[in-house]
Amino acid sequence: MSNIYSEKAMDHFLNPRNMGKLDDPDGIGDVGNPGCGDLMTIYIKVDEDKIKDIKFKTLGCAAAIATSDMICELAKGKVLDDALKITFQDVVDKLGKLPPSKVHCANLAQKGLKEAINDYRGK
Amino acid sequence: MLMNTKIYLDNASTTPVDERVMKDMRPFFDEKFGNPSSLHSFGQEARVAIDESREKIADFLNCDPKEVIFTGSATEANNIMIKGIIEADDDPHVITTAIEHDAVLETVKQSGANYSILDVDEDGFVNLKDLEEEINEKTVLVTVMYANNEIGTIQPIKEIAELIKTKNKERDKKIHFHTDAAQAAGYLNCDVKELGVDGLTISGHKIYGPKGVGVLFKKRNVKAEPIIFGGGQEDGIRSGTYNTPLIVGIAKAVELLKEEKRKEETEELRDYMIDEVLKIEGASLNGPQKSRLPNNANFSFKGVEGESIVMILDQKGIATSTGSACSSKSLEASHVLKAIGLKDLDAHSSLRVSVGRKTTKKEIDKFLKILPTTIERLREISGR
Repeated sequence: MSNIYSEKAMDHFLNPRNMGKLDDPDGIGDVGNPGCGDLMTIYIKVDEDKIKDIKFKTLGCAAAIATSDMICELAKGKVLDDALKITFQDVVDKLGKLPPSKVHCANLAQKGLKEAINDYRGK
Repeated sequence: MLMNTKIYLDNASTTPVDERVMKDMRPFFDEKFGNPSSLHSFGQEARVAIDESREKIADFLNCDPKEVIFTGSATEANNIMIKGIIEADDDPHVITTAIEHDAVLETVKQSGANYSILDVDEDGFVNLKDLEEEINEKTVLVTVMYANNEIGTIQPIKEIAELIKTKNKERDKKIHFHTDAAQAAGYLNCDVKELGVDGLTISGHKIYGPKGVGVLFKKRNVKAEPIIFGGGQEDGIRSGTYNTPLIVGIAKAVELLKEEKRKEETEELRDYMIDEVLKIEGASLNGPQKSRLPNNANFSFKGVEGESIVMILDQKGIATSTGSACSSKSLEASHVLKAIGLKDLDAHSSLRVSVGRKTTKKEIDKFLKILPTTIERLREISGR
């Protein structure tokens, strides 16, 4: 149906694999602004400097939800320093086509992950 | 078994061309292709069609056929009226409202004229006292939409016209009153004498006519400079070869409104839908309960984002919108919803559902079945 979003992006929007909350997370990243309508929370569980588990809750458009899900997929199992190297472009590339005006959502997802890691390290 | 069961609930965005309109338009693409400005029989045949179309529109608007200007869109009609009046004036001041369609709002803002933008109340209505206060000695134009495209608010056009008429009695510089009736024409009275307007805009594709054609009613005594120059068609105010098939199409669409208004039935179906949707927890109606365009509904749902709702509903074969189709590209929340006082998140969580001639109760019931699970699913994802 939609050629604004790639099939893959639509799939991650409609069937997000990493949606949910983590009980007792080691780090939480809360990002977004009501002005653009997207609010994102990333939860991480860390074990031996690696992201053992990661989940998200996102209030937002299809792109915001799909990019949240993808950043979780990309970050899962990574060493924290490597997870921090994930760029918003990595997220976009993995999802395929996003509407140009929605590419910033990937930026938000990356920021969310960064916040969660910083939250863990700050503790 | 899969069947074509798509449901279209975005009739405020556009409507399908009525088959009777199609039939009338058809010959003017090839058989009767003449240029209405030509002297030969090909041209004359097309000229007759233009004249008849103009009369049909004049009949609907209760105006002189000479006051009917065919344009390429409602946007263009608004531009011709607004910019035309501004250009004809040495020191113009224009008044409009915060919830106008961009075709008016942007035209006023880009025009270079001084302007005032009237706030609206929580249902989207303008206040006549506010309008009166904004009128100054330079005011040359007031433009207020007849019915809002997002929340359906029907403005008190007659009362505004009365106020302006009273003001005009005491002043030399006359104030002109224009209304964009693109959304209203399908359901509301567009008798320009009864309304008391000097200008009125209609769109073809909102009333089961073709896209790419609009009408501007411009009262004969209104001085407006042309903004498009060329062969001098439409008394010089809108140059460009007559688009015969589309003009025939919009005229037929307007003619059909007489028998197709179905205001009550539409309203009944819409009200049924509103009542049912409001049973969803955290759902609220945007716009007024009364004085609302019969086909329009607009909701906000706590904890979800509008575009996501539209996308999931579309996956299930139901077409709706977040607000106006034109603003789907922008990330900003609707200027209309913000103007009626909605907070950013509530404005972003809006869903516009607009029924049409072909909408059935069965279709609404299917929508009502799918919507709650959609909202529930998105709340699960948002955690709010």
